[in-house]
Amino acid sequence: MSAPTTLEREGPVSSTGGETGGARGVGSARRRPPGLAVLLLALLVVAVVTSIALGSKAIPLGDLLQVLTGDGDGMADRGIVEARVARTVVGVLVGAGLAVAGAAMQGLTRNPLADPGLLGVNAGAGLAVVVAISVFGVGSLSGYVWWAMAGAGLAAVLVHALAGLARGGVMPLRLTLAGAAVSAGLASWSSGVLVSSRQSFDSFRFWQVGTIGGRGLDLVVTVLPFFAVGLVVVLLAVRRLNALALGDDLARSLGENVVLARAAVALGVAVLCGASTALAGPIGFLGLVVPHVARFVVGPDHRRIVPVCLVAGPTLLLAADTVGRLVAQPSEVQAGIMTAVIGVPFFVVLVRRGRMASL
Amino acid sequence: MNADVLTPSGAVADPRAVAAEESDDLARVVRARRRPARRVHLVIAALAVAALAAVLVRVLLGDYVVALTDLLLILRGETPPDAPGASFIVMEAKLPRALLGLLAGLAFGAAGAMFQTTLRNPLASPDIIGISLGASAAAVIALTLLDAQGLWLPAAALLGAVAVSLLMYAVGRGTTLAGQRMVLVGIGVAALLSSVIQFVMTRTSIQDAQAALVWLTGSLARATWPVIGLLSAAVLVLAPLLAVCARWMRLAELGDELSTTLGAPAGRARLGLVVAVALAAVATSATGPIAFVAFLAGPIARRLCGGRPSLWAAALVGAVVVVLSDFAGDYLIPAVNLPVGVVTGALGAPLMLAVVVTADRAGKA
Repeated sequence: MSAPTTLEREGPVSSTGGETGGARGVGSARRRPPGLAVLLLALLVVAVVTSIALGSKAIPLGDLLQVLTGDGDGMADRGIVEARVARTVVGVLVGAGLAVAGAAMQGLTRNPLADPGLLGVNAGAGLAVVVAISVFGVGSLSGYVWWAMAGAGLAAVLVHALAGLARGGVMPLRLTLAGAAVSAGLASWSSGVLVSSRQSFDSFRFWQVGTIGGRGLDLVVTVLPFFAVGLVVVLLAVRRLNALALGDDLARSLGENVVLARAAVALGVAVLCGASTALAGPIGFLGLVVPHVARFVVGPDHRRIVPVCLVAGPTLLLAADTVGRLVAQPSEVQAGIMTAVIGVPFFVVLVRRGRMASL
Repeated sequence: MNADVLTPSGAVADPRAVAAEESDDLARVVRARRRPARRVHLVIAALAVAALAAVLVRVLLGDYVVALTDLLLILRGETPPDAPGASFIVMEAKLPRALLGLLAGLAFGAAGAMFQTTLRNPLASPDIIGISLGASAAAVIALTLLDAQGLWLPAAALLGAVAVSLLMYAVGRGTTLAGQRMVLVGIGVAALLSSVIQFVMTRTSIQDAQAALVWLTGSLARATWPVIGLLSAAVLVLAPLLAVCARWMRLAELGDELSTTLGAPAGRARLGLVVAVALAAVATSATGPIAFVAFLAGPIARRLCGGRPSLWAAALVGAVVVVLSDFAGDYLIPAVNLPVGVVTGALGAPLMLAVVVTADRAGKA
């Protein structure tokens, strides 16, 4: 146990081989390197502050404090600050939700290519929004939210039920294949409608680009319970993810109720990803890549990956959103796009340099 | 049986009897080993017939029915006396679509199966690891911003696919984990490119955006003879290479170390990947990424073959699915022409789910 601990203190480039041996030791209470936690939290604070302060109109920190403490009743910037606070809250929720869901999904399916939408959640939400637009004429964001949530939920249940129909029950490979098949099917139905209805596509193409702007705090409050439930479920199931990562047989022999554990994680992922997609539209890159980055930095233990994702997800999304507002003034490049633009070069360098932390 | 001729007589008590007994055992073993292989051959033959039948259905049936005898006349360059307009419709509309569908289906099916087997990941189809998205992003930009026409569109798409492949290759180069790294970079780049596509779609006119959407879904509507010529040339060059790689597929499935130990030439699996990338790239540039075909052909073929991966079967499954889906997309709903990609996804998904649900063992889905 002492060898991995010293390795770990050397920082981000710690050996994954050493980690594997130590991290999976049963019952070993391991301390986190405090430096990493402080660094990540500091970055998140910076991201939050810049997200509120910067944009097409920069607001001095003094004015910002005044408005936030309730002093600035008469100030002209008040409306801007309120809109940006709402936007930042959305960014924190969605960033955390997607990154945590992604980590859980990759652990659940034991597949590095799995993104949180793999349970059919994104495609289900998309099809529901398409139906809402084209059949029921829904046109407002708050209308989309409920449709998207319902579509996401139905798709996730469908995937899980189908994967469970086969003899032997839900297994990672089956879940993966069933999820990919349902996703592709639902997405095709969506494009079938969109190809033949230009009007629906004109509304849908703006929803389809994930963005965190333009959502009021009231909308956030309606979706908040879902984020809370999803986060709690996944955080409670984190230890089980480590057992599941060893394979079903070994997990079972460690006393894990594999079926229950898997169902719990899947439920958490579906709720988190569904709520995120409903609130911000589909944002693909975040849930896929942040868990990989976390794995590079802290090794394969989900008890450490998930907290890192919880902090790093919002940081990346907020930073991307802020940059997106700054580069295209007075308009903006949506956060869903900027996350990928900022994240990919960083990710490529990481893959090229770092050691592979396999699942 | 030459062995007992060469054996000096008298060295063994009764060489003929021993040899007969041995050959009996041998024959039994050979028979037992050949049975699954024979099933694969039967499946491939049946699929080839099915693909041919699908092409004939696509060409002969539909809104405008063409008689088989007329088709033969048209193919010989003559004009059928009783249907003077048939020649134009067959040669300019029906036959190009059927052939393009056949070629693209073969390429997608084979490429997908090669990825899934070599990278040992059922999700590793060209759709997910970035190659189709490289082509898509380039095509969408060419279509909306540069107003590309004719052969320029597939050329741009091919360029995009090649650029992504080169990036993946550069990142994976020189490590034993090349496959893993390539896949990781591929999914990252795929996410970036799909963002770029969505950005372009929101900034362009709705007409252009919808044309791009049709391309992104995968469509055979742009079938022209030059495109078919180029695609078939590419398939003819790549197919023999793939045949070489297919022989090592079952070993590649065991992983790099084990397959080398068992005598598979090092790098053969890598060559397979390169061929698969090339196939996926040319097919995507000709038709757009036809949803789901590369992903579903492999598992379905494997199921048909009783659990053995077969590249040829996967290719033929892809061809059958694409040609029939295109037919269904044109005529299933009256007055609505759906791009082929909508049908492959919408109808292919239940097919795939049936395969998953009825899979009898874990890992043999």
